[in-house]
Amino acid sequence: MKSLLCNLAMAAVGASLAAGSAVAGDAQKGNVAYVKNGCFQCHGFVGQGGAAGPKLTPQPMPYEAFAGFVRTTNRQMPPYSEQILSNEDLADIYAYVESIPPPPDYKSIPLLSQ
Amino acid sequence: MKASQTKVDRRKFLAGVAVAGATAASVKNAKASPTSADGGRLPAVLPPTAHQIAIETGALNDTSAKSHGRPGSDFMVDVIKSLNIDYVYSNPASSFRGLHESLINYGKNTMPEFITCVHEESSVAMCHGFFKATGKPQMMLCHGTVGLMHATMAVYNAWADRVPLMLIGGNDLDAAKRPPGVPTYHSAQDIGVIVRDYTKWDDTPVSQQHFALSFVRAYKAMMTPPYGPVLISLDAGIQQTPIESPNLTIPKYTPPSPPQADMAALAETAKILVNAENPVIVVTRMARNQEGVDNLVKLAELLQVPVVDQAGRMNFPNTHYLNQSQGGQSLIRNADVILGIEVSDFWNTINQWIDNGENHGHGLQERRIKPNAKLITISGVDLLTKSNLQDFQRFTPVDIAMTGDGQTSLPALIELVKQAMPADKKAAYEKRGEAMKKAWQQSRDRTRQQAALGWDASPISTARLAAEVYNAVKDHDWCLTQSASTSGWPHRIFKMDKHYRHIGSSGASGLGYGLSASIGAAHGNKALGRLSVSIQGDGDFMYVPGALWTAAHHDIPLLTVMHNNRGYHQEVMHLQRLSNRRNRVANLGKTVGPVGTSIESPNIDYAALAKSMGVWSMGPISDPKELGPALKKAVEVVKSGQPALLDTVTQPR
Repeated sequence: MKSLLCNLAMAAVGASLAAGSAVAGDAQKGNVAYVKNGCFQCHGFVGQGGAAGPKLTPQPMPYEAFAGFVRTTNRQMPPYSEQILSNEDLADIYAYVESIPPPPDYKSIPLLSQ
Repeated sequence: MKASQTKVDRRKFLAGVAVAGATAASVKNAKASPTSADGGRLPAVLPPTAHQIAIETGALNDTSAKSHGRPGSDFMVDVIKSLNIDYVYSNPASSFRGLHESLINYGKNTMPEFITCVHEESSVAMCHGFFKATGKPQMMLCHGTVGLMHATMAVYNAWADRVPLMLIGGNDLDAAKRPPGVPTYHSAQDIGVIVRDYTKWDDTPVSQQHFALSFVRAYKAMMTPPYGPVLISLDAGIQQTPIESPNLTIPKYTPPSPPQADMAALAETAKILVNAENPVIVVTRMARNQEGVDNLVKLAELLQVPVVDQAGRMNFPNTHYLNQSQGGQSLIRNADVILGIEVSDFWNTINQWIDNGENHGHGLQERRIKPNAKLITISGVDLLTKSNLQDFQRFTPVDIAMTGDGQTSLPALIELVKQAMPADKKAAYEKRGEAMKKAWQQSRDRTRQQAALGWDASPISTARLAAEVYNAVKDHDWCLTQSASTSGWPHRIFKMDKHYRHIGSSGASGLGYGLSASIGAAHGNKALGRLSVSIQGDGDFMYVPGALWTAAHHDIPLLTVMHNNRGYHQEVMHLQRLSNRRNRVANLGKTVGPVGTSIESPNIDYAALAKSMGVWSMGPISDPKELGPALKKAVEVVKSGQPALLDTVTQPR
């Protein structure tokens, strides 16, 4: 699992601050927090989403909406209180999600364009 | 990675046994003998006690009389052969030794052929998968007690999935004649009680003629829709006694006509459908074969009605623009008429449950349809309802409830719709069809763009996994035997244009189904020239991994691609939800999921496990770029008639 985290961290190198967001976060730390807090279980390691949770990328919702949802959601995703997930970790996670590069156009991928 | 080929050469194997025997003999003759505590000499090899012999052989003394004339079990083989059963999936057991011997010697081990299984759960699931791929029911044979207990989960899956299979449980009824010790532990007054809550019928024949009557009756019962498993308790005594009369007969089997829904109710349904503005058809286990698919297409095209396929079977081609499964929730929410045909959970189709801790922890229940939406159902499951197990799901009030087989009822409904269609509605139907074509294309584009997310990620995304697997099999006549929990990607990526392209899932969601059912399906597909591929969850795999040995031993060509996400991800969120709800940080222990939900540390080497059982394998593969070339090799192995396994490390969902 260490190598997995290392690989994922590599994807986030260079995005140490969440550009354009209201709260500065560390994308590399956010990558670790994203895994540690189980975000990947439903949203995938790179925020691609799946049956259990929607995609988070590209262009995640603004930080305020993101944080508000995480703290207070009353849908299938359980809310994460500050006691469970610190404000710093939340900002780092957002920075990580923001740092994930957008996917290529599917038409450029032969297996998806057939 | 080098492929393993471990076909056993019988001569070499026997030579090996002989060497081992010689070694044992030399031990017996060794000079260095142990001494007893009082200094006296002990024998070099202590023989087993009479009790130990009894435990290992199942009898204290061989008291069985030599048979006079042909045994009753030969007649039983004639009965079984009369129904053209291809295979009997079984783990051997003394309680049916009479029938076992007759099957392989008198019956020449053909129709049915004995397929050696290493667990009864596998035996049943193989019958389950075989039937869904081919439409031909098969038979499993087990100890009526311990074997049937092992089999129970798989029987419940088959019951909930409405699949016929013939269970035969050996049982030594006569307490005055049965051997003591283990065989008596393995006997019961009534083995049927073990599975009676989830079988259609069972019987305990007390004579050979009774066996013939009950076997054919059981076959008829299981093959009358709604299908389901049946059980015959097979007494050891009537297997071994000589044929009791020269006048024994085998009853003729006549396939039963399936029950059709009431014509008046169908006519009322037709009237409602033709006048609806936004009708939708929802199906789960509607199509029993291609005819069912074709008729559903006809019905949908007549009115240009969208179909939401919940994929309990392949009911409607995903290549057809009226397949709107991807936008299903929105269609259901806006529908004025919802026709559910063989829907397994209608309540959950028109409502939703949100597991958010509201309502004293029971979660929110929300209706997700328009208040005046007309609800219509056709299902045969009401004919199969029992009290204990809750596979019938929550009771749902509807406007028209038709008890009858969905597929059987379609031709009549189509004709009634044709008769009821007003001429002035044609343009409205065409307009609806055009909207559906547009929605289908947009959904397809969105789906593919979403598949591009995480395309090169490691572990491999489930979208990439599905796309690579489809690319590897698409030029063959393929059958996807299961798709595990991969976020529905195979149903979004694979072009499912025929009934056998996908055979649905387990039925009751009991783990331990996937590998064995896929092997059973592949066994059936082999004779039909189809290439069978399975996307196999790791949690499910570990329940009965020994099924792989059966695939290798009997040359069953199945491509197993592991969805190795190293966890029970269905359970992960349950723990996360409860932890958050109780304001506690989930304890991860030494893994990435809450304690008790991960299958890591150590990681399981599925390729090595497969190799150990004689199955060609590669992996673990975490880099998506390696997946295509590996799949190409694996497909070649499967095309040569052998099973193959790729261990692919994947994202959770």
